[in-house]
Amino acid sequence: MDKFIWAFIIGGAICVIGQLLMDGLKLTPAHTMCTFVVTGAVLGGLGLYEPFIKFAGAGASVPISSFGYSLVKGALQEAEKTGIVGVLTGIFEVTSAGISAAIIFGFISSLFFRPKG
Amino acid sequence: MLQGHQTWVFDSKPVISGCAAVGGPFESNSALADDFDRLNEDLWLGQDSFEKAEKKLMEQACEIAIKKAGTKKEDVQFFLSGDLINQITSSSFTARTLGVPYLGIYGACSSSMEGLALASLLVDSKFAKNALAATSSHNAACEKQYRYPTEYGAQKPPTAQWTVTGSGAALVSQEGEGPRVVCATIGRVVDMGLSDPFNMGGAMAPAAVETITAHIRDMRLELSYYDLIATGDLGRVGHEIAVELLTKHGISVPKDKFTDCGILLYKEDQPVFSGGSGCACAAVTTYGHLVNRMKKGELKKVLIIATGALLSPMSYQQKESIPCVAHAVSLEM
Amino acid sequence: MSSKKKKNLTPTQQQYQQIAKSKEPKRPILLNSIKAFLVGGLICVIGQAIKMGFIHYFEFTEETAGNPTIAVLIFISTLLTSFGVYDYIAQWAGAGTAVPVTGFANTVTSAALEHRTEGFVLGVGGNMFKIAGPVIVFGVFSAFVVAIIKLTIEALGGI
Repeated sequence: MDKFIWAFIIGGAICVIGQLLMDGLKLTPAHTMCTFVVTGAVLGGLGLYEPFIKFAGAGASVPISSFGYSLVKGALQEAEKTGIVGVLTGIFEVTSAGISAAIIFGFISSLFFRPKG
Repeated sequence: MLQGHQTWVFDSKPVISGCAAVGGPFESNSALADDFDRLNEDLWLGQDSFEKAEKKLMEQACEIAIKKAGTKKEDVQFFLSGDLINQITSSSFTARTLGVPYLGIYGACSSSMEGLALASLLVDSKFAKNALAATSSHNAACEKQYRYPTEYGAQKPPTAQWTVTGSGAALVSQEGEGPRVVCATIGRVVDMGLSDPFNMGGAMAPAAVETITAHIRDMRLELSYYDLIATGDLGRVGHEIAVELLTKHGISVPKDKFTDCGILLYKEDQPVFSGGSGCACAAVTTYGHLVNRMKKGELKKVLIIATGALLSPMSYQQKESIPCVAHAVSLEM
Repeated sequence: MSSKKKKNLTPTQQQYQQIAKSKEPKRPILLNSIKAFLVGGLICVIGQAIKMGFIHYFEFTEETAGNPTIAVLIFISTLLTSFGVYDYIAQWAGAGTAVPVTGFANTVTSAALEHRTEGFVLGVGGNMFKIAGPVIVFGVFSAFVVAIIKLTIEALGGI
């Protein structure tokens, strides 16, 4: 049960940081998302993101920062197996679900839907 | 005839023999809905794309304006038009349909008065018997080109404005019944270094003030001369700034007569943030509501100052600020 | 950044910008943050529920349930975008819908829908990543840099 509570609190808090970046620093949504992704990658490299996910569950794995973490995780996992080339071959391994889902569902919706304006 | 530095006085006082205001579904619920000649329920106007829909809006406005003037498009010598779509395709494709000799213009949201001023110049100088000036904008097409896809969930700040989906057209003639174009002041480009594309009002206010100042100076009159002075689309934010700037420059502003088309057009409960904007904002308000009021005798002398922000999506990405321009036209009944 | 720009402005411009700033309605930062907190937290709770569903009913583990969870969230977000409601929720929630992975899906779907009028290849295909592109580019590049740095440090004996 408290997994849900932490997911809510941490997830909400990360979104508040995003809101402050957008309203306070007047960053565009694209700039804000990039900031989160890069931060996630750096925290992933420092080994801090994995315990963060263990503690906050979806509160850490749903925000876009986990995308950065997954990219680093994929790169490092593959590098462990096959050496430095693994950085290139493994980057998209863990995030494949996210990107593929977005492309596939996005494309399918363009077949059947029109923007409402 | 040139008066002062940048004002044309039209001695023959060319007449707006017919004009039209056309709108989209959002405008059907607006405060000025009754003054539209035609309101479309479908944002797509039955077309394949928003851009084609905007062209259709302009075609409707031109057709109705010519019909109301009691003339035919074969009797129109020139068609002057501009819009916000890349390479002003709404205007050029409408020109293709009309078959009238075409002069494309671009003043962003000031295109309506730029077109009206030039059309009046042609008619007053006897270089045309009838000249049609038109402009249009489409909310979805504009968002797609200048900002984000329409279904994208970006939170807009309170300074943002709502682009009008509509078109306004005016046929300027040597003879006919209707409001007369007395003079026009052509504006200079003004850039105060602002670069937020979600705060157009703030960027455009100085241009409006510059043109109003030039108009007063060239025509040697005060703003109280007019029954109504309306800026094009400064919105609530820009309008307030304009009032302060004018007062700072020693120009007395009759508060109950000074308004803005972007504020007049929509109702309080419509989600338009700071107010309406887009080329059609000034056009539909002027050629619909304001001309109707003039015809009813409620207004005799009106000054419209259409304001435009001359940025492009690329100039913004290249960290350029937003230069703006405003053109003023004086109408009398 | 802003002070560097200010140096290139004339006194008149600077003066005007002060007036413009004073007339600018302030963004309701506190209210927006509260809304973002609530909606963002809610989306994460939904994500947590979906994840637990995958663990208990589909034999995924804590580690592997992350991916299908994200896929489901993306599906939901795509559906809401297609029905034209996502942008209304987002206007209210701000970062609450933009920061979770739902925001990413929304950028892809909204761009795909919008540019269908330019055809499927150049329109949909060519514009799908108009807004999401930077996220992928910077994500991959920063992951690359981080990974290389980490591997270099480890190879040099570790810290």
